[in-house]
Amino acid sequence: MVIIMKLKNGKDKIQEIKLISDKPAKETSSDKVIIRMREVWKTYYMGDVSLDVLKGVNLDIYRQEFVAILGPSGSGKSTLMNQVGLLDVPTKGRITIDEVDISTLSESELAQIRGKKIGFVFQQFNLIQTLTALENVMLPMVFQGVPEETRIERATKLLEMVGLGDRMHHRPNELSGGQQQRVAIARSLINDPEIILADEPTGNLDTKSGEAVMQMLLDLHQKEKKTIILITHDVAKVKHTDRVVYIKDGVIEKIEKK
Amino acid sequence: MIRDYFSLPWKELRRRKLRSWLTLIGVFIGIAAIISLISLGQGLQNAITSQLSSLGTDKLMIMSKGSSFGSGSTGMVKLTDQDVKVIRRTSGIKTVTGAAYTTGRIEINDVVRYNFVEGIPTIEEESSLFNSMQGYKLLSGRGLQPGDKYKVVLGYEYTNPDLFGRALSVGEKVLIKDESFKVVGIYQKIGSPPDDKAVIIPLDTYQELFNKPDEVSMIIAQTDAGEDPSLVAEEVKKELRDSRNVKEKEEDFTVQTPEQLFASFGTILDIVQIVLIGIASISLLVGGINIMNTMYTSVLQRTKEIGVMKALGAKNVQVMSLFLVEAGFYGLGGGIVGVTGGMLIAKLVEIAVTAVLGPYLVITFSWGLIFGTLGFSFLVGALSGLAPAYKASRLSPVDSLRYE
Repeated sequence: MVIIMKLKNGKDKIQEIKLISDKPAKETSSDKVIIRMREVWKTYYMGDVSLDVLKGVNLDIYRQEFVAILGPSGSGKSTLMNQVGLLDVPTKGRITIDEVDISTLSESELAQIRGKKIGFVFQQFNLIQTLTALENVMLPMVFQGVPEETRIERATKLLEMVGLGDRMHHRPNELSGGQQQRVAIARSLINDPEIILADEPTGNLDTKSGEAVMQMLLDLHQKEKKTIILITHDVAKVKHTDRVVYIKDGVIEKIEKK
Repeated sequence: MIRDYFSLPWKELRRRKLRSWLTLIGVFIGIAAIISLISLGQGLQNAITSQLSSLGTDKLMIMSKGSSFGSGSTGMVKLTDQDVKVIRRTSGIKTVTGAAYTTGRIEINDVVRYNFVEGIPTIEEESSLFNSMQGYKLLSGRGLQPGDKYKVVLGYEYTNPDLFGRALSVGEKVLIKDESFKVVGIYQKIGSPPDDKAVIIPLDTYQELFNKPDEVSMIIAQTDAGEDPSLVAEEVKKELRDSRNVKEKEEDFTVQTPEQLFASFGTILDIVQIVLIGIASISLLVGGINIMNTMYTSVLQRTKEIGVMKALGAKNVQVMSLFLVEAGFYGLGGGIVGVTGGMLIAKLVEIAVTAVLGPYLVITFSWGLIFGTLGFSFLVGALSGLAPAYKASRLSPVDSLRYE
């Protein structure tokens, strides 16, 4: 509303763009921002009761950064993750990925963009139980219509990279938690996405496996130049990140840059 | 790429073996019933057609209404020797034979059985028309001759000791309705048990024995070469109407050409088959509902998986395809087992019929029937899976990922 009024007043256009493109004003260059969230609200309705889980969140995710979204349970961080991961659309507000407004996209287009640009690593691993490690890693490529030979070649390479070259034909129930999460990381990389979205990736792992997984994410950030978004409630996990976004009660409390 | 939409659901099926098998059984029963009924019906139709076509196309069958083929002379309206004479006079008719039959008491060596007693003319030309119609050929002895009284030609089964305790041969005596008859000949096996157990006596003797003067059960007429049997049949009808004094459309008799016989048998068989296949289809419908139930369960159980696949970039249509193919597999799997089972059932019936009656029923399976049924069963599966698959495809990724 404000913006439109200003435009009507004929004020300087650049000023408006600045206004739209948020607080870290020094880094407004749009090619650096990969996901942009503006005044994002998410409201859940249960009968007559409505619950605002996100209350006007403004957040930019920059290319090749390692950012953590930190908050206690019930803070809205999972909901925020769903928005960032394009798994859900906001009730109000605007989200763009590579400057494309997601509200203009169909469900299928969203799915395709998710498959191409975002790799998910979940707390529960979420591997398909009927499929072998190799087949699990290849699955996102199936949905992108990649030929089988290419799939096998790339999935094999990735499984070798995460140290599971000898476990490729095992099913998830034949793998330890740490191994399963490594399969999931390999899977998240299969379509060579720019963003890896890791939701409590160490939450179901013992300390040692958890550290290995964290190290893997760090390597992906440093060597492969991936944008890593880590969702966690654990302060100890955020020490290697570039930025930490603190969320509480559906609002961003502060953003800490290291 | 398309292969993936088959291999992924296939893996799911193998993961839940018991459920898959139970679902398959639902389809199996319907498909097996359909396959066996169609192929048996086809075999039966072929058997009857070949039996009927052995009669030749130049024969007419005249029967009274109210009595039908094989039910004997119990109908209310009778055919008589007078009718035979009328037909004989009709133009286009070469030979006519009137035959009578009923079940009668037959006693040999104190063993009593009730079998068909058939009375036929003894004139060579007329008795051979009857024999060719029935398929009777002499095995031993001679046929009936003019002048024969209280002489009998036996069906093949009388050579079987099981029937009367011992095998009968030419020259022996047989009691028919307490009258003694001398066996002059025995026919070869023709394969229809009632006919093979029948005894054939002169028509005059028959009418005397059963006290049915002038009465015949059916009249067989052979048309002259070059005549159109159906035109001659019309002529016969007209002559009989005049002689029996009935109006057109109110005839108390029927004149049938072999073609009409084929057609009426074919129609009856078709109706029976349609009814049976209808019943089988109901069981297939139940099988389809069973698939739908399984698929709803499958969608529910795999809600989380659906969420994962969507997070990994699966489009709605891709998720839907996976579930549709899975349902199709249930249908197709049931179809494969069902087609095999149905073929087995039909073959067993064929073997049983051959053992009892001889090689009359030959079951063949056309590729069209087999692949048509398989395709149909896949379709039943996929259609049953439509609603559950649509439901799966519409699930929101966030809600399904959260589902435990």
